[in-house]
Amino acid sequence: MSALTQSTPAAARSDAAPEKELRPPSYWPFVVPALVVVLAIIIFPWVFTIWMSLNEWKVGSPTTFVGISNYLRLTSDPRFIEAVGHTMVYTALSVLLPLVLGTFAAVVFHQKFAGRGFLRGVFIMPMMATPVAIALVWTMMFHPQLGVLNYLLSLVGIPAQLWVFHPATVIPSLVLVETWQWTPLVMLIVLGGLAAIPTEPYESAQIDGANLWQVFRFITLPLIMPFLFIAGMIRMIDAVKSFDIIFAITQGGPGSASETINIYLYSVAFTYYDLGYGSAIAVVFFLLIILLAAVMLYARQRMVWTEIASGA
Amino acid sequence: MTPRQIIGKIGLWLSVFVIVSPAILFFLWMLSLSLKFEIDNAAYPPVFFPERIAWKNYADVLASNRFLTYFVNSLVVTGSATALALIVGVPAGYGIARMAAHKSAIVILIARITPGLSYLIPLFLLFQWLGLLGTLVPQIIIHLVVTVPIVIWIMIGYFETTPLELEEAARIDGATRWQVFRHVALPIAKPGIAVAFILAIIFSWNNFVFGIVLAGRETRTLPVAVYNMISFDQLSWGPLAAAALIVTLPVLLLTVFAQRQIVAGLTAGAVKGG
Repeated sequence: MSALTQSTPAAARSDAAPEKELRPPSYWPFVVPALVVVLAIIIFPWVFTIWMSLNEWKVGSPTTFVGISNYLRLTSDPRFIEAVGHTMVYTALSVLLPLVLGTFAAVVFHQKFAGRGFLRGVFIMPMMATPVAIALVWTMMFHPQLGVLNYLLSLVGIPAQLWVFHPATVIPSLVLVETWQWTPLVMLIVLGGLAAIPTEPYESAQIDGANLWQVFRFITLPLIMPFLFIAGMIRMIDAVKSFDIIFAITQGGPGSASETINIYLYSVAFTYYDLGYGSAIAVVFFLLIILLAAVMLYARQRMVWTEIASGA
Repeated sequence: MTPRQIIGKIGLWLSVFVIVSPAILFFLWMLSLSLKFEIDNAAYPPVFFPERIAWKNYADVLASNRFLTYFVNSLVVTGSATALALIVGVPAGYGIARMAAHKSAIVILIARITPGLSYLIPLFLLFQWLGLLGTLVPQIIIHLVVTVPIVIWIMIGYFETTPLELEEAARIDGATRWQVFRHVALPIAKPGIAVAFILAIIFSWNNFVFGIVLAGRETRTLPVAVYNMISFDQLSWGPLAAAALIVTLPVLLLTVFAQRQIVAGLTAGAVKGG
C-alpha cells in the first residue's frame, strides 16, 4: 500500500485534492458574532415589541395580557389618526420636493466646471451635519421678530410669516428644513445614474436639434427613472420616520399641528410611559412603512408596463 | 466662444449658485450667530458682519466643565459603537458575501426601515432590568443598531467586488480560512472599511433619539446636551449657536475631507441609520 502511494505521488495528490474540494469552506464562524448582536439588538426588540403590544404595559404597574385591544384603541384614537394625516402630508412633500430639486442639482453637477468637487462637498454638508445642531439654527432663523428668514422675505416685499409658530405653516416650514437637508442625497443617487448613461442618444439628439428641455425630458429622465425610484423610496422611508428635526424644532407643536406618528409614539412611550400602547403604535407604524413601500413598488411596476405598452 | 456657449456658461454658473447658496448661506449665518454678542443677535435688521467679535461665546461653551463631560461621552459612545461594529461587522460582511447569503440582507433592510424608537421601547426596559441606566453602556449598545447594519451592508457590497483568485491561491497554499481573511481579504478591503468606518462614526455621532431617552444628566452625548440647552439652560443665541457649531464641526470637517468615501458609501447602500 505504501509502496503504491510512493510510486504514484501524483495520483495520491489528485486523490487528496478532490477531497478538499468536496468540503467547501464554511464561513459561518465569520458571521456568528454579528448574528448574536443582530439577534440581541434587532430581532429580540422586534419580538418583544410585538409581545408588549398585546399587553397593558405601563411603567410602574403590573402588566396584563389584553390581546389586540391596544390595536383596537388605535382605530378610535383621534390623536393617532391626526398624526397619520400629518405624517402623510409631511412625507409626500418631503419626497417630492427633494426629488425635483435633487434631479436639477444632479444635472448641474453632472456638468464640468471649476471647483465642482469642492462645491459638491459643500452641497452635501446639510445632510451630514448633526440634525439637532441644524434644527437649533433653523429655529433661530424662523423667529418671527428677529429671524433672518422674515428679514429676507421683507427684502422682496413678502409680509412676515409665523413659520413653525403657526399651525397652518408649521408643516411646510419643517418640510423646508427637511428638503434643505436631504436634497443632496437625491442628487448623489441621480448623479450616479447620470454617470451610467451612454453618450450616443445625446449626440443624435443634438443632430436632430433638440433643445435642453427636450433632451432632459425624452432622454435623461427615462434613463434615470430607476435611480429616481430608488431615491424616492429611500426618501419616503426616511421622511416617514423623521424625528430629530421635528422634535428639536416644534416637539409636534404648536398644539399638535406637527405631531407625526413618530413624535406621537415618543409621547406615548416616553412621556406617558404607556409602553404596551406605544408598542402597538410601533408595529402599526412599521407595517405602514412597508405598505407605502409596496404601493411605490406597485406604481413603479405599473409605470414600466405602461411605458412598454406605449412604446409598442 | 459663440454667444450660445456664453449664455450656456452663465446659465450653468447661475444654476450652481442657486443650488449651493442655501447650504453656504446657512453655515455662514450659523458662524455669524455664534460670533455675535447678544445686542447684535437681537438687532433688526439682522447684522451679518459684527463690528465686535464675541469669541467669548466659544470660550463660555468650552469652559463649562459639563460640556467637556458630554464631549467625552460622545467620543466614548461613538468610538465604542463604531469599533464594536467593525469587529463584528467586517467579518460578517465577508462571510455573507462569500456564502452568497443574499437573503440575510433582508434583516439589514428591516433594520433600515424600522424607526429608531421601536428599538428603544424594549431595550429601555431591558436596560432598566439589568440596572444599566445611568451608565454609558445602554447608549453604546443601542448605537450598534445604527452602526452594525451600516458596516455589514457596506462590507457585503465591498467583498462582493474583491477578486476571489487571490483567496483561492492562498487556500491552495494551505492557509486556513482565518488566515485567508486576515492576510488576503482584509488588506484588500481597506478602502471599504474606511467607508464603513466614516459613515458609522457620522451617523452615531449625530444620533439624537437614543440619547434623549437613555441619557441621564451625566451621560448625555453632545446632540442631547445641545437640545437641553435650547429648552432649559440657555436663551441667548450666541453661545447656543457656538455650541451647535462645535457639535457638528467634526462631522462637517469629515464631510469635506472624506467626501469621496462618504459619496461612495451613501450611493452604495444609502444607509442612514436610526
